Amino acid sequence: MTELKYLMFLGCVIPYRIPSYETSSRKVLERLGIELLEMPEFNCCGLPIDSVAHDAMLVLAARNLCLAEEKNLNILTLCPGCAGTLRKVNKSLEADKKLKEHVNSDLKEIGMEFKGGKIIVKHLIQVLIEDVGLEKIKDAVVKPLTGLKVTEHNGCHILRPAKYIGFDDPENPVLLKRLIEATGAECLDYMYETDCCGAPIIGVNDKIPLYLAGDKLRNVKSVDAQALITVCPFCHMMFDINQPRIERLLEEEFGIPVLHYPQLLGLAMGFTPQELALEELRVDATKLLNASQ
Amino acid sequence: MSEKQAAGTRLRRGIKMGDLDPAFKREIREIPGIEKINLCFQCGTCTADCPIARFSEIYSPRKIMRMTQLGMKKKLLSSESLWLCAACFTCVDHCPQGVDIAGVVRALRNMAVREGIIPEVFKELTDNILKTGYAYKIPELRKKKRTEKGLPPLPEANLEDVSKLFDVVGVSKVKQEKE
Repeated sequence: MTELKYLMFLGCVIPYRIPSYETSSRKVLERLGIELLEMPEFNCCGLPIDSVAHDAMLVLAARNLCLAEEKNLNILTLCPGCAGTLRKVNKSLEADKKLKEHVNSDLKEIGMEFKGGKIIVKHLIQVLIEDVGLEKIKDAVVKPLTGLKVTEHNGCHILRPAKYIGFDDPENPVLLKRLIEATGAECLDYMYETDCCGAPIIGVNDKIPLYLAGDKLRNVKSVDAQALITVCPFCHMMFDINQPRIERLLEEEFGIPVLHYPQLLGLAMGFTPQELALEELRVDATKLLNASQ
Repeated sequence: MSEKQAAGTRLRRGIKMGDLDPAFKREIREIPGIEKINLCFQCGTCTADCPIARFSEIYSPRKIMRMTQLGMKKKLLSSESLWLCAACFTCVDHCPQGVDIAGVVRALRNMAVREGIIPEVFKELTDNILKTGYAYKIPELRKKKRTEKGLPPLPEANLEDVSKLFDVVGVSKVKQEKE
C-alpha cells in the first residue's frame, strides 16, 4: 500500500475560529491511515493579501511550497482557500518560467528557491476521494447514518477556477455527495447549490453575504434537509456562526445544523460527538444525532 | 429610485472624455494573466451568473470590465463596488471570451491600494500577517485550549522572512505611506 503521508497546512481561520473542523479531521484521517506532519514553519497562504498586492500573495504562497519541497512532502489543507491558492501558485509557477524567475528573485532575499514539479497540494476531500478512495471509506463506516437526509455546500476554491483546480465538475459537483453517501446518509439537491456563501466580503459589506447565505439556508430548508455539510471554515462560519444573525435579519427561522464533513463521517465511523467536537457548533446538532441513532 | 437605476441614468447621460485615462488602459493590459480584458464584448454572462450581483444593487462585473476597457481609472479605483467581488471565480469559468474577470478586479484593487485606497479589513489582515504570520490574531487562550484538546501546537511563523518578503514586494512601503 502506498504510504499516505502529508504536510498539514492548517491555515489561519481554522485555529482562529473553527477548531472543531481540525479536531474532527485529525480523528478521521488518523483512523483512515493518513499520517500528518506539521508544517515546520508557517505563514499565511497569501490569499487574504492578494487584493492588496498580488506579488505578496505569490511570495507567501511560494514560501510555503518551498518548505514542502524541502521536506519532499505533499501538502494537505482543510481550507479550500489555502488549497486553491497554493495549488494555483504551484501550477502557475511550474508552467510559467518568467513568473517563476520573478518569484524566485524575491525568494532569494530569504535564501529560498521554488523548484516546481516536486510536490502537489490537495484539499481534504481530494485526498479522501483520490488517495483513500470511497471503498475504503465505506469499509470504515461502522454506524451507517441510514435515514439521515442532508445537503452539501462545496466551497468555491475546491472547484474554481477549473483551469487551475481540475477537481470534480464545478457546474455539477458530485464528489462531496459521494463522500456523504458513503456514510449511509442521503444527499439532497437544492437550488443555487454551487453558489458562493459570500464570506470573503463580510469585512467590507455584511448585508450581501448574510442575504446570500440566508437564501441558501432557505433553499436547504425547502428540501427538508436535516443538515448542511461543509468542507470550508469560511462557509461554515457563514452558515453556522452567522445563522442566528441571518435569522434575525431575514426574520425567518432555519435551525439547520451545519456539520463539517469529517464530523459526519466521524459519526458513521463510530466516534462520539465529543471526540468530533460537535458541541462546538453554534446551531445545536442534538436533534440530528437522535435522528441518526 | 434604486441605486441601480440611478447608475443607469448616469451612464445614459454619457461619459466625459476627461474621465478616460489612456495610460491606465495600457497599464492594465500589461499585467500578466489579464491581457484578455480587451476581448470582453459585454455579453453580461459574468453579472448574470454572479451570486453577489443577485444581492447587490451596485455590483456588476460587466460594468467594471467596460469601465476598465474605457480607462475610467478614477471612478473605478474609488468605487465601493470594486471590493464586493467574493472571488468565487464563477465568472472566470463562465466567460465565453476567457477573460480572467476576478483577476482584473484583483489588479484594480492592487492599483487602488497603491493610490492609498484600502478598506480597513485589508489593512488589518496585512498587518496581522506581518506581525504574526497568520492573517488573524490568534488569542493565547485559543493556543492554550489546543493543548487541552490534544491538538498539536501551532507552527511558529518566521517573522523575519515575512518582513523581508513584504519589503521586497513593496507591501511595507504601502503601509508606511498610509500611516
